[in-house]
Amino acid sequence: MSEEKNDRLESSNGDVSRRQFLKGLGGGIAVTGVLATATETETEAHPAPEPASASAVQRLRGKVRVRLNINGQEMTALVEPRTTLLNTLRDHLDLTGAKKVCDRGSCGCCTVLVNDKPVYSCMMLAVDAQGKKITTVEGLGTPEKMSPVQEAFVEHDALMCGFCTPGFVVSCTALLQKNRNPSLEDVKKACSGNVCRCGTYPHIFEAALAAAKKMRGA
Amino acid sequence: MPGWKKPSENSVLGKPTPRLDGPDKATGRAKYAYDINLPGLLHGMILRSPHAHAEIESIDASAAEKMPGVKAVIITAKAGDRMRFQGQEIGAVAAETIERAEDAIRAIKVRYKVLPHVVHESVAMKPGAPVVRNNDQTNLSEPNRTERGNVTAGFAAAKTISEGSYGCEVRTHLPLETHGVTCRWDGPDKLTCWASTQGVFSVRDELANALGIQPASNVTVITEVMGGGFGSKFGAGYEGVICARLAKAANAPVKLMLTRYEEQLAVGNERSGHMKIRIGADAEGKITAMEATIHGSGGIAGAGVPFPYIYPVENVKVEQRSVYMHTGPSRAWRAPGHTVASFLMECALEDLAIKAGIDPLELRLKNDPTPMRQKQWREGARLIGWERRNPRPGQGPLAGNGRYRRGLGCGAAIWGGGGGPGSQCRVTINRDGTVLVEIGVQDIGTGTRTYCGMIAAEELGIPLKSVRASIGKTYLGYGVPSGGSVTTASTAPAVKRAAEAAKKSLLEQVAPQMGVSPDDLECAGGKVFSRTDPAKSVSFKEACARLGMEGAVGNGTWARELQQSGVAGAQFAEVSVDIETGHVKVLKIVALQDGGVILNPLTFKSQINGGVIMGIGMALFEDRHMCQITGRMVNPNMEFYQIPGTMEMPEFVSVPFENPDATGVTGIGEPPVIPTAAAIRNAVLNATGAYVNTAPITPARVLQALADARRRG
Ligand code: FES
Ligand code: FES
Repeated sequence: MSEEKNDRLESSNGDVSRRQFLKGLGGGIAVTGVLATATETETEAHPAPEPASASAVQRLRGKVRVRLNINGQEMTALVEPRTTLLNTLRDHLDLTGAKKVCDRGSCGCCTVLVNDKPVYSCMMLAVDAQGKKITTVEGLGTPEKMSPVQEAFVEHDALMCGFCTPGFVVSCTALLQKNRNPSLEDVKKACSGNVCRCGTYPHIFEAALAAAKKMRGA
Repeated sequence: MPGWKKPSENSVLGKPTPRLDGPDKATGRAKYAYDINLPGLLHGMILRSPHAHAEIESIDASAAEKMPGVKAVIITAKAGDRMRFQGQEIGAVAAETIERAEDAIRAIKVRYKVLPHVVHESVAMKPGAPVVRNNDQTNLSEPNRTERGNVTAGFAAAKTISEGSYGCEVRTHLPLETHGVTCRWDGPDKLTCWASTQGVFSVRDELANALGIQPASNVTVITEVMGGGFGSKFGAGYEGVICARLAKAANAPVKLMLTRYEEQLAVGNERSGHMKIRIGADAEGKITAMEATIHGSGGIAGAGVPFPYIYPVENVKVEQRSVYMHTGPSRAWRAPGHTVASFLMECALEDLAIKAGIDPLELRLKNDPTPMRQKQWREGARLIGWERRNPRPGQGPLAGNGRYRRGLGCGAAIWGGGGGPGSQCRVTINRDGTVLVEIGVQDIGTGTRTYCGMIAAEELGIPLKSVRASIGKTYLGYGVPSGGSVTTASTAPAVKRAAEAAKKSLLEQVAPQMGVSPDDLECAGGKVFSRTDPAKSVSFKEACARLGMEGAVGNGTWARELQQSGVAGAQFAEVSVDIETGHVKVLKIVALQDGGVILNPLTFKSQINGGVIMGIGMALFEDRHMCQITGRMVNPNMEFYQIPGTMEMPEFVSVPFENPDATGVTGIGEPPVIPTAAAIRNAVLNATGAYVNTAPITPARVLQALADARRRG
């Protein structure tokens, strides 16, 4: 594996770009995590046909190459069957917007959209995320071109340390996708699976309602 | 040297301003220590004692070392070492993936001789309890005494004497980004460390010292953004030092961030406090005397709170002791010790007022000498509608007599928030009209980066978007650690002085070309112009283009006259209590907070909200549960260690309280967290007549207190 050499690339300054990291892992957008050693088995994991019949259940071992549709792009990574979607995003694809905070489904900081529904990515295995449409906070907007929800979060100071922010942005986005005119209570409920330790909730409520208004063109 | 301008003269400062790093945070682009990915990055993990008290008999890491993907194993404890709390560190590994690191940790075999432990204060205080600290005879520290005046005479002068017991349990900081670092060696004695910290320079010095790196500047610490600290993240810690050592041993960069489980056990908590008190007041409601004994625990570390708190008492006798237990050490907190002291004091005052038949707000007004807070008490009472309050606990139109009872309560805040020397800021005006502010200080989430930019923009009369603020790096000028709410009052003056110096250099360079004296020039509205001859005017950008190659550079250090210390604060709570289930719902919080010259009212308000919400957590939910049978923490996670969520949010009336006499900036990260819990407890009492004297005010405690109240009749 010639990419192994790249793993040890030294960068000379303090700034590390995503490209540099991915290059280290072995390529451009069709990313391959090449942390496996040559002696380990590698299985190709296929999206399970739905509904999966007993005979269609595939036993996975060693390392598996997963193909994921993330933010409209096909990406691949070499992970273990037990690797969560969150760890795959963060450690293998350098999509670090989703945060690891509890790693067991009780904080919401790792929330991403899976087929447009908010999902705790720490509670889903990467192999199970294949064949589904995954959207992370990075896929919603960029600092240069923010989504209305992101813009409203900034404008209303709905973030302090910002560590919970991606999770809230994704949850609010999911809400506004299905409810264009939410009440304060709707916003609270939509975000009840997210926590913030800095205490930004009142400004998050303001931001979500303002974003809804803006999206309605009101 | 010039002071801060009047609010009416400002065009950037004092205006609600969104954060400069908001877009990065809202889009996931901001890179926290947890997010740093480097080519060839390994993942570190720490092995910890599962026992509260044990002696290590043997450690065998040979199996872990041989596992595929494991690149370094370092064991720091040895046979014979004592483990004194669940979560104490034994060693660490680095592996190619986090999953493999976890496997390796499990494969290290440690044999323990398990020893008897104490993890509850009441058990630790019993005679004959296992002693936590080697050379002590008991787990109780020597008393710390505060005595003044004549307590006997004070009580003799009292018309009403109230007695009670009050307490607060241990809480954990629970920053959402756990403690940890990403380390990369750039040479045999050059280290770069991305740290989740509230003190980049303290982390640098600790790493340099622990790793024997000289000079300390060979260690670079970077904290562009960090996910919360609340007093627990000043040092590199075991995790920082071992991560650097793992990186060296593996010859590859390593990221080591704690799991939530480790975070809950080992890297800080807020001390508990339990008090027995007698307190007396004269016929007017003036406190005449108090006598109190307090004990609290910071685990293997000490405890203690400032007491008496806020309200001056002439005749005082207070005795405090720390109780040592086999639990992780306490650390600083958002207002360390003060939230506990506030709860103990305000509960005692409330009960004294009720016993004396005086309006509790009246009693506070009588005993509070602070003019600012006198104003805040009155304004807060107006905003919450204090006249609606039940005249007697549990009895009144607000309480009603249904299942849900309503009531009102209040509490006071206090803080210093002044700054100190040391900060070194540089402001560079570039020839293209952009401006760079550089200072090493980190932003703990309060908005440091943003006001650094705002100050320069204001000084130079340009829009904020022309300014970039570079912070959170030890290769920039010194910045203070973010503790004690000192950051703003230490940093902002240096930024202002640096901006002034840069402006002076700009004006001196362009004045000859404009045919005026530099003293006659001013920067405002994106222009550089003559005060006496407004026709002589160029755009700021044009002026910059006339600068020499090096632009215009100014340095600034702290200026005492630009900051001030001492804030007040008052809060009022309205609650609804379900007397069938004991469930408390906070309906509304009115929080008034002054803070010197207010740089950014938007982030100021965020800090008030944030303090209040943490206070709601203390009031209703937060409690580190220890099991005395196993010695382990029952809730080292986020499903059972609960903090307030969206559904628990009341209506907020957060008021940045103008101080018209203010001449300096002051930090306010801490005061808004102080009085919330007491205000809520007092509101529960007002609603139901139930004296819940221990925080958190759980449904079980409410039901018990209701039963007690019924029994008393
Ligand atoms: S990290 Fe996934 S829910 Fe907390
Ligand atoms: S902004 Fe810090 S945890 Fe929400």
